[in-house]
Amino acid sequence: MSEQGNPKFLDVKSYRRKRWIDAARILPLVGAIGILMPLPFLFLATDDAQPALPLAIYFFVFWLALILAAFVMSYRLPREDDLTDG
Amino acid sequence: MLSFNILVLVATLYVTFLFAVAFGADSRARQGRLGWLKSPFVYTLSLSIYTTAWTFYGAVGSAARNGLEFLAIYLGPTLVFVGWWWFLRKLVRIGRTHRITSIADLLSSRYGKSAGLAVVVTVLAVAGTTPYIALQLQSVALSFSVFAQIDEGSTAPGLQAIAFWVAAGLAVFTILFGTRTLDSNEQHHGVVMAIAVEAVVKLVALLSVGIFVVWGVANGPGDILARIDAADIDINSASGSRWVTLLLLSAAAIVCLPRMFQVTVVENSDEQHLRTASWAFPLYLFLMSLFVLPIAVMGLTEMPAGANPDLFVLTLPIFHDQDLLAMLVFLGGFSSATSMVIVATIALATMVSNHIVMPIFLYRSGANLQLSGDVRNVLILSRRFSIVAVLTLGYFYFRVTGGSSALASIGLIAFTGVAQVVPAMIGGLFWRGATRKGALAGLVAGFSLWIYTLFLPSFEGVWLMNAEVLLNGPFGISALRPQALLGMNDMDPLVHALIWSMGVNAVLFVVVSLMTFPSPLERLQGAQFVNVLELSQAEASWKSMSLETDDLLVMAQRVMGNDAAVTLFQRAAAEQGRQNAMPEPTREFVDHLERELAGSVGAATAHAMIGQLTGGASVSVEDLIAVADETAQIMEQSAQLEAKSRELVKTAAQLREANTKLTEISVQKDGFLSQISHELRTPMTSIRSFAEILRSGDKMEPADIRRFSGIIHDESQRLTRLLDELLDLSFLESGQATLNPSEGELSSLIDRALAAGISSTQTPQITIHRNEGREKIRVTTDLDRLSQVFINLASNAQKYCDATNPELTIRVARRDGQVSIDFADNGSGIAPDQRDIIFEKFSRLSDASAAGSAGLGLAICREIMRNLGGTIRYVPGKGGAAFRVTLPIA
Repeated sequence: MSEQGNPKFLDVKSYRRKRWIDAARILPLVGAIGILMPLPFLFLATDDAQPALPLAIYFFVFWLALILAAFVMSYRLPREDDLTDG
Repeated sequence: MLSFNILVLVATLYVTFLFAVAFGADSRARQGRLGWLKSPFVYTLSLSIYTTAWTFYGAVGSAARNGLEFLAIYLGPTLVFVGWWWFLRKLVRIGRTHRITSIADLLSSRYGKSAGLAVVVTVLAVAGTTPYIALQLQSVALSFSVFAQIDEGSTAPGLQAIAFWVAAGLAVFTILFGTRTLDSNEQHHGVVMAIAVEAVVKLVALLSVGIFVVWGVANGPGDILARIDAADIDINSASGSRWVTLLLLSAAAIVCLPRMFQVTVVENSDEQHLRTASWAFPLYLFLMSLFVLPIAVMGLTEMPAGANPDLFVLTLPIFHDQDLLAMLVFLGGFSSATSMVIVATIALATMVSNHIVMPIFLYRSGANLQLSGDVRNVLILSRRFSIVAVLTLGYFYFRVTGGSSALASIGLIAFTGVAQVVPAMIGGLFWRGATRKGALAGLVAGFSLWIYTLFLPSFEGVWLMNAEVLLNGPFGISALRPQALLGMNDMDPLVHALIWSMGVNAVLFVVVSLMTFPSPLERLQGAQFVNVLELSQAEASWKSMSLETDDLLVMAQRVMGNDAAVTLFQRAAAEQGRQNAMPEPTREFVDHLERELAGSVGAATAHAMIGQLTGGASVSVEDLIAVADETAQIMEQSAQLEAKSRELVKTAAQLREANTKLTEISVQKDGFLSQISHELRTPMTSIRSFAEILRSGDKMEPADIRRFSGIIHDESQRLTRLLDELLDLSFLESGQATLNPSEGELSSLIDRALAAGISSTQTPQITIHRNEGREKIRVTTDLDRLSQVFINLASNAQKYCDATNPELTIRVARRDGQVSIDFADNGSGIAPDQRDIIFEKFSRLSDASAAGSAGLGLAICREIMRNLGGTIRYVPGKGGAAFRVTLPIA
């Protein structure tokens, strides 16, 4: 541990910015998993017709959540001029 | 009840309104008052051309038939936009940095500005998009016909006539607003504004129908949810693999479809718009699909059996006598269709004219670019020609296949076709090892497989591929059945085609890329694309040295138009600090110009055009290597020059040294000459005077006569001795002196020399130090000459030693077949700067105690020793003047 390794002295702003970039990168993966998750037990169900409604509601709610997350991130992600990472 | 004629009137009014919007936006943009035209929301709305008439009407149909499957078409793009930080940001940055004009241009540019690749992508795009345009024409025609069927009294024209007039109108609109400006950005503000308005119209239309259905037909949300729950929507008809396939396809389509690439990348005026679009576009899609399920369920329950679910959006309001709503829906559908066709046509026309028409024109006009007329006109003409050609193709496609179910499924088929670009595109953006050959191999294979497994079978054996082939494979080879390659039966044709075409495409792309070697330009472009976010600029550039600015200006005027070109050149001149003059064709300037031109004609063509002017091909690393070679040669030459110059410096220093020595000697010689004349003159004068006295004096004492003649005799002897010495030296120098070798002992030789050289009368008397024991050495040489040297050294020591108690030390040593004899005194020695000249002829140091010497002694000694095969030199650091005589002994 270096002497100046005390987290108190981290540049909080740039640290947060980098974590938002991490979040933005993870978001589409989360989205893909969420969209593919119902597959096994909904589409592949064999017997009688599954009710479409719960599934539809799930998709729309999840979709809205994704949009909301993207909305928040669009204001949090760094702009070009204050971007330090690649 | 709506009459068909009113419908036509409304449609015409609507189109006029769109013309006005486009015209207004275009003029604002031309005046530079972009303002809200550059709003991120206009950008987001323009993206909505993703939802074409096919989705506007078809989503409900799809929901009625396949349940939730329609959602996948919207969720794929949502993922891409939500993940803009990964991919879209990079794509848009590349598009803006490299002035990319189309998806064909992107791949061509990435893979070393390859013209061949651009042609392949263009052909693929045309093949994938033309049926899609036909589909839009069909949907507009169908929606017209819905009204025509109701309005039985009217003389509505047939489907084909409607399609024809729609196509013609679209051609006019596209030509007007799509080719008005040929600016470097390839951006069409009028068109973008018009499709943004259309986006609002179709959203409002669909939302209105939804609200009407939920609150007007059903009893609010609760009721509609209950109805959906109870409805017999068979979600099992969609399989998981199809769901994944649709997700992938739609995600790929959002960037690969030529029209989507056009609005997302090419028309993007500010990278930050993506930030807003990342949530706003998914939100738009969300709203577009929010009421799809309710409408489908209500249509299924309300409408008479056998009604086309694809038209529920339109027929439900008509069924409930909502004329205005129906009109709005019609306009929404019309908007979806026309905006898609307009942008798709612009995108295709750009590709066709940049990558097919212009290269052919350039090739035909050869290197004669400046004489071949106005390139700008040719460019606009070829763009317009391409627009008409694309729309005509779409129209004929509609005429040939119109109404068949083949056309209805063309949406996903087109998606699969353009998705073939994905491996080369993603690989090109993220993998530097991707090569042109790999991209070409993957694309061609994927494209062929797509045609074979999906496109041709979609005609259901009616066109080109007959039913027999479809069922049993070509020549009855069942393994080659288009929809069951290698026996992959029982698979959804779409999934089957996607797996095969994309699988082979991706594998070939990777494997061929790994096996081939990219050209230098490819490597440079690859690095530029992959690292676009890290480094922003610096492309492979022109040497431009042989370029004339005038030629560049002429060409730029032809491509960009007079004013734009002049402005560009003036700005460049100002930047270079040259007012009222042409800019220098510097590397930066030519690069900049190439990019500007690339905005109009595509990277490969612009590169070729500038290449024609530079009189060479592209600059590539080959050129750079050549330059490097030249540099290496120059460096080598300069190294040689340096070595020579060093040598010269050395020689010059030696010459200077020699010259200094010569000058010194010359001074010495002058001194000697005056000395010798003086030396000769003094005895001569006394001889003459005494001789005159003797001749004239007759009363002289005999003693005087004896004394006088004695003086004359002595002086004559002195003269003779001087002349003898000179003669001797000249003999020794010329090598004419004869030596008489004999054997003798060194000690006796020194004895003799000291006896002759040291005068016992002179004061102060010099003390001699010797070690007689060491002098018992016998030498065989000219003993007289050697003793002459010793005498000289001994008498010099006596003459010049300035010590109060002068001493002379004689030391004899024997080493390496040589004997050395040192004569060292205890005087002040000889100054360093004079040590070099004491052995020269005529030299004599200060005259202080030089009586009776002509300064020839040491010169004669040196010549003697040279003749005897030995040396004599001055030995510094012995405390006084020390001379060492060395002599070889047998």
